[in-house]
Amino acid sequence: MAENGFRLLPGDDESWRLEAYLRRGGYDTARKVLTSMAPADVVAEVRKAFLRGRGGAGFPAGVKWGFVPQGGAVPKYLCVNADEAEPGTFKDRLVLLRAPHQLLEGILITAFAVGIRTAFVYVRGEYARVAWRLEEAIAEARSAGYIGPHVFGTDFRLDVAVHQGAGAYICGEETALLESLEGRRGQPRVRPPFPAVVGLFRSPTVINNVETIATVPQILARGANWFLGRGLPKDGGTRLYCVSGAVRRPGAYELPAGTPLREIIEVHAGGPPEGRSIKAVIPGGLSAPLLTPGEIDVPMDVESLARAGSMLGSAGIIVIPDGTAMLDVLLVTARFYAHESCGKCTPCRIGTSWILKIVGRIRSAGGSPADLDLILRLADGIRGKALCPLGEGAAMPIQALITKFRDELERAVAR
Amino acid sequence: MSYAPAPGVLRKIEEAIGLYPEKSAALLPILHAVQDGAGFISPETEAWVAAKLGLQPARVREVVSFYTMFRRAPAGRSTLQVCHNVSCALAGAEDILRFISEKLGIGPGETTPDGAISLVTVECLGNCDHAPCLQVDGVDHGPATRETVATLIEELKAHG
Repeated sequence: MAENGFRLLPGDDESWRLEAYLRRGGYDTARKVLTSMAPADVVAEVRKAFLRGRGGAGFPAGVKWGFVPQGGAVPKYLCVNADEAEPGTFKDRLVLLRAPHQLLEGILITAFAVGIRTAFVYVRGEYARVAWRLEEAIAEARSAGYIGPHVFGTDFRLDVAVHQGAGAYICGEETALLESLEGRRGQPRVRPPFPAVVGLFRSPTVINNVETIATVPQILARGANWFLGRGLPKDGGTRLYCVSGAVRRPGAYELPAGTPLREIIEVHAGGPPEGRSIKAVIPGGLSAPLLTPGEIDVPMDVESLARAGSMLGSAGIIVIPDGTAMLDVLLVTARFYAHESCGKCTPCRIGTSWILKIVGRIRSAGGSPADLDLILRLADGIRGKALCPLGEGAAMPIQALITKFRDELERAVAR
Repeated sequence: MSYAPAPGVLRKIEEAIGLYPEKSAALLPILHAVQDGAGFISPETEAWVAAKLGLQPARVREVVSFYTMFRRAPAGRSTLQVCHNVSCALAGAEDILRFISEKLGIGPGETTPDGAISLVTVECLGNCDHAPCLQVDGVDHGPATRETVATLIEELKAHG
């Protein structure tokens, strides 16, 4: 298998076609796994590879799979989370567009490892056209016998269906995703029980992000040690870093876990345009607390970002240039979370809407330092008091922005 | 007036129901199908869908009203969605939005009097490397400039 077979995002235009994927050795790994490995050994290999979830929480996928009870007559489900909506993140879109068969091969291996016969891919409604590629890939794989009643001529059966969302950021949260898949409002469930035990249609369910699942084939092809060697001991492999905002070459870059944030921005994405400089960087999607230029030498992995007081999240990097009014960034942030709070938990529903009202007022009519303190108190009133991470994700970036750019904000609202 | 789906829509509905072990799970795909056919979801449509799935109409309404992509009133023949989240805002989304508003003579959430174009703002479309970005009837555009959106609007008017 050619080395480029292990890249998540192959460069050739027709890379998404089955024919092109087979030329790169596609489905060889799934065939090997299904015909010669025991499911428990597959789980063990992925666990050893320390494949952290690429959706935001960074939980090790192999450990998650291990929580699913084995045996018993109830069906088990796989839900692939393609509800990519964290601002600044567009990697799953690219995987769906350019490597849908790699995702399907990952689905096959995952389903085999956990004993699953039905997989749903939950694609955000706004990606309807992107999802066409996946639908086509599913049809191609089905006619080739890679999906269906006898995968590779074995007794293993797998069905894969695409389910389209309808515009709700909250559905990226795994239990809200399950509610939405079952035909209800996307409002998170109380945990425990966790989805691995009681998930879709009350059955044991694995939920993983698109990039996570699309990464699985390379682990089984080359082994956990090879994968670990491409990343860090507790954060294996390469991953897709999305860079947008004030850089010369916005895009997704596939680099080892732990690549320094400054290197991703300045070397790979080309740094800020001529004459501009960096004012702040959001390192992991909008929910990740922003960093100042003095803080961007941090390695981009789950633990390093947590130590730096932020989070790796979805690894969606947004570069904010000099000259940007941070009060405007605060407004956009507050507006987003007030709009996307699902309304289930009072602290998040009321907190995000009051924060937006206050930001709107001080931006249009001016205010005082006490208003900034009030926003900080409201944000603190959300933290630790909501059922799902949306509340936390709303409060953290707002607190960081006000704390790190307090002088500028005080000057901006003073009249 | 009661609702009855066109044969093509009904076929999609039956296919959707077949995908899930519990038929109420087909609610979102069914709502997409009926909206694609009729342009919006009326109370009569909600009642029809509810009966089809054995649900109370209120159960359908609470889902329709939760998701931003479902419409309970007709929109323009085309819908122009302008992203105004951070990456797009940094790239001048507000200027693009103002330009479109002036060109169409309507604000976000409104439809041109001839019923051709609806304008809405949206949160991140996941196309941040093409900021500022927009989506027109599901098709992505970006990076948008005053020139590209002016051309786009002319095309929409010509084909509307």
